[in-house]
Amino acid sequence: MGIFDYFKSKGEPSSASVAKDRLQIIVAHERSKRKQPDYLPQMQQEIIDVIRKYVKVGSDDVQIQLENIEDCSILEVNVTLPDN
Amino acid sequence: MDWLLVGSSGDMALAKIIVVTSGKGGVGKTTSSAAIGTGIALQGFKTVIIDFDVGLRNLDLIMGCERRVVYDFVNVINKEATLSQALIKDKRTKDLFILPASQTRDKDALTQEGVQGVLEELAKEFDYIICDSPAGIEKGAQMALYFADAAIVVTNPEVSSVRDSDRILGILQSKSRRAEEGKEPIEEYLLLTRYHPERVALGEMLSVSDVEDILAIPLLGVIPESEAVLKASNQGTPVILDTESEAGLAYTDAVDRLMGEERPLRFLDIQKKGFFKRLLGG
Repeated sequence: MGIFDYFKSKGEPSSASVAKDRLQIIVAHERSKRKQPDYLPQMQQEIIDVIRKYVKVGSDDVQIQLENIEDCSILEVNVTLPDN
Repeated sequence: MDWLLVGSSGDMALAKIIVVTSGKGGVGKTTSSAAIGTGIALQGFKTVIIDFDVGLRNLDLIMGCERRVVYDFVNVINKEATLSQALIKDKRTKDLFILPASQTRDKDALTQEGVQGVLEELAKEFDYIICDSPAGIEKGAQMALYFADAAIVVTNPEVSSVRDSDRILGILQSKSRRAEEGKEPIEEYLLLTRYHPERVALGEMLSVSDVEDILAIPLLGVIPESEAVLKASNQGTPVILDTESEAGLAYTDAVDRLMGEERPLRFLDIQKKGFFKRLLGG
């Protein structure tokens, strides 16, 4: 690195470290999706349909996630109910 | 190291099937297949390199045997030619053969049974079978990796290549024969290509350890960006035969590591620049 770069790059993270951070996040996200069982998308849709049968919510208002922590699977259903 | 046992008749053929894959295109799969296949044959093992890129045959050009292609992989699968008619014996390296891809546009030309039949026949004669995968994650790429015992994942130190490599690792772990049959998983190795130590030092490029951290598979080698690679492909010579070049020597090291030897990484230091050039950041 020359003296010009020294003044220029002070304080800013390098583009390589930005790349590494972005990759670590996206790769972790995609790996967790890979481990999901094949039936999950359909099950998610059916759960959403059941909730919408009783409560008026948009499809984006229901979030379903399956998390695996060691040998325990947690199915998390998050419903944002309408205001009234 | 464990070996594939082929043949239902009880005869045991020992052949190791290695897929060279990446997901992303243009990262150096064919260059690496040609170099590594040649390197293994140079160690005295009977080796065949198969081009799985149906419709976009290129291994023949990289190996410099494009004018000797008569029959191809799909002809053998369709029983239009025998394996010995389609195999091209390399003129430079003893014990090395090439099975070219077909130029057909029929995407379904490679069937799983067809590929299996050809691999089983090759396994009777060869020690190593190198499968040069097409880019992508479609059928051609899946066929290339399905029967593999080991995978060399060719990756550039660049975001899209690293992400695609991780995707291919997921496919190796779920859609290969070893995965489906619940056998010992495919051995996975990282081959980092087109590496610029200078740019890494400037923080402009992911480093070897960055990519190792993300992909978390053993490192087979690092091939520095080198003019020798283009020169070799221009001439139709695998770059590993250019023993003057850093890329050629780095491939030799990678082959030695694949064979279980310990080799320190080389060519990762920045070439020394003059004092003024360094001062001015040239």
